[in-house]
Amino acid sequence: MAAPSPWPNRPPVLSVTDLATRIQDSLEADFDEVWVGGEISSLRTPSSGHLYFTLKDQHSQLRAVMFRGYAGLLRFRPEDGLEVVIKGRVSLYTARGDLQLYATTMEPRGLGAQQLALEQLKAALAAEGLFAAERKRLLPFFPRCVGVVTALGGAAIQDILTILYQRCPYLRVIIRSTKVQGVDAGTEIAAAVRDLNDHGEVEVIIVGRGGGSREDLSAFNEEVVARAIAASAVPVVAAVGHEIDLSVADLVADRRAPTPTAAAEMVVPRWEDLRAQVEAGERALVAAVSRLLTVRRNTVTHFGKRLQSPQRQAVTLRRHLSVTTLRLQAAFGRQAERARGRLQGLATALHNLSPLAVLGRGYSLTRTVPEGKRVTDAEKIPPGDQLRRTFAKGEARVRVEEVTP
Amino acid sequence: MQAPPKTFEAALRDLEGIVEKLETGELSLEEALGAFEEGVSLVRYLEDTLTAVERRIEVLTRDHGGEFQLQVVTEEDEEDQ
Repeated sequence: MAAPSPWPNRPPVLSVTDLATRIQDSLEADFDEVWVGGEISSLRTPSSGHLYFTLKDQHSQLRAVMFRGYAGLLRFRPEDGLEVVIKGRVSLYTARGDLQLYATTMEPRGLGAQQLALEQLKAALAAEGLFAAERKRLLPFFPRCVGVVTALGGAAIQDILTILYQRCPYLRVIIRSTKVQGVDAGTEIAAAVRDLNDHGEVEVIIVGRGGGSREDLSAFNEEVVARAIAASAVPVVAAVGHEIDLSVADLVADRRAPTPTAAAEMVVPRWEDLRAQVEAGERALVAAVSRLLTVRRNTVTHFGKRLQSPQRQAVTLRRHLSVTTLRLQAAFGRQAERARGRLQGLATALHNLSPLAVLGRGYSLTRTVPEGKRVTDAEKIPPGDQLRRTFAKGEARVRVEEVTP
Repeated sequence: MQAPPKTFEAALRDLEGIVEKLETGELSLEEALGAFEEGVSLVRYLEDTLTAVERRIEVLTRDHGGEFQLQVVTEEDEEDQ
């Protein structure tokens, strides 16, 4: 006879698996979709691509996992200490008896995910030195071929072309059309910057679009765009058109412009100014050489009068002068025709021209103190000397630290 | 004659230097003439550079083989945009 059972009304005995499965079913029924906020800690990111972490608050903690498929969709990098809101389900990992939160989405608390991702990217690129002032290159003085990366059908391209040609009628523009918003926009923009470089004809590139919402501008915040701009062999002007937040493209570009119009203004000089500068130079050249010849001629006349006997010498000099004048006229060509009618003393015209147009493009003028002589040779300014630098807006008194001949 | 300078900016600077040198009046006639000729060639270079490039708008694409294609945009196309 069997011994009487100590528990006469005992329910059937379950296997561990049965029990675990029942707990699992029960949890999944009650916690199929939960939203929970907490702090990430003990984050592990093994090569499998899954994220393992503990979600905790002051009093409690839960194990959590986010599988690779979901983790890959995150727009920011989770890290320990970050406050997040998670959507997921709670279940039991029966193989180990662990109760786990299975996260399907995760958002940082406070900042939006995108905003956080952006700040993380900015911090990383800044640490690499990609925004450093030393990296910024001067734009070419007078580019003959300008590259533009933007949407061919967008608002920016018309503004850019209008201003470019208004300032400089003789100019070649190569447009590399891209999407400027949407999923692939960043990749396309980056490829376009590389293409214009590989093609090898543009001397400067404008990358941009017309103004948009912060979301619309996100393509210009992508790392691929930053990398492509940083790697560009020619200077890049970013014209992303959002004055409140600087995009990553703005930060890494050599110059940034608030609008596409402003970018076009930065990139080409006013053609009329350049022509005026060339003409003034030409006048000054003719005036200087004319004055010099007048002085010599007077000397010859003077000697001719004084020296009766060695008149031959004067004749030789005169002949030399007329030969010289012939050579001069040959050299003049059409310039001489124009120059003839112009006033003497135009040598100063070159200096009278406003250098503001040039200064406006980031160049500056250096003068000695107090004489105000323009400095073109570093060797002529001993260390310790004071100099005056004139910028497009205002001036600065600077001291020479070191001279590199 | 000197080889043409590489950039517009450098040529402008050189021209200014030549004018200044002539203005000192310390050059011999031969030197002055040489400087003047150099100045004239700089002026020619500058004038040529000013108009060397015609107004031309092109669109860069890659064909199926990955080769670059440049397509000129006519003014009408541009206005259609």
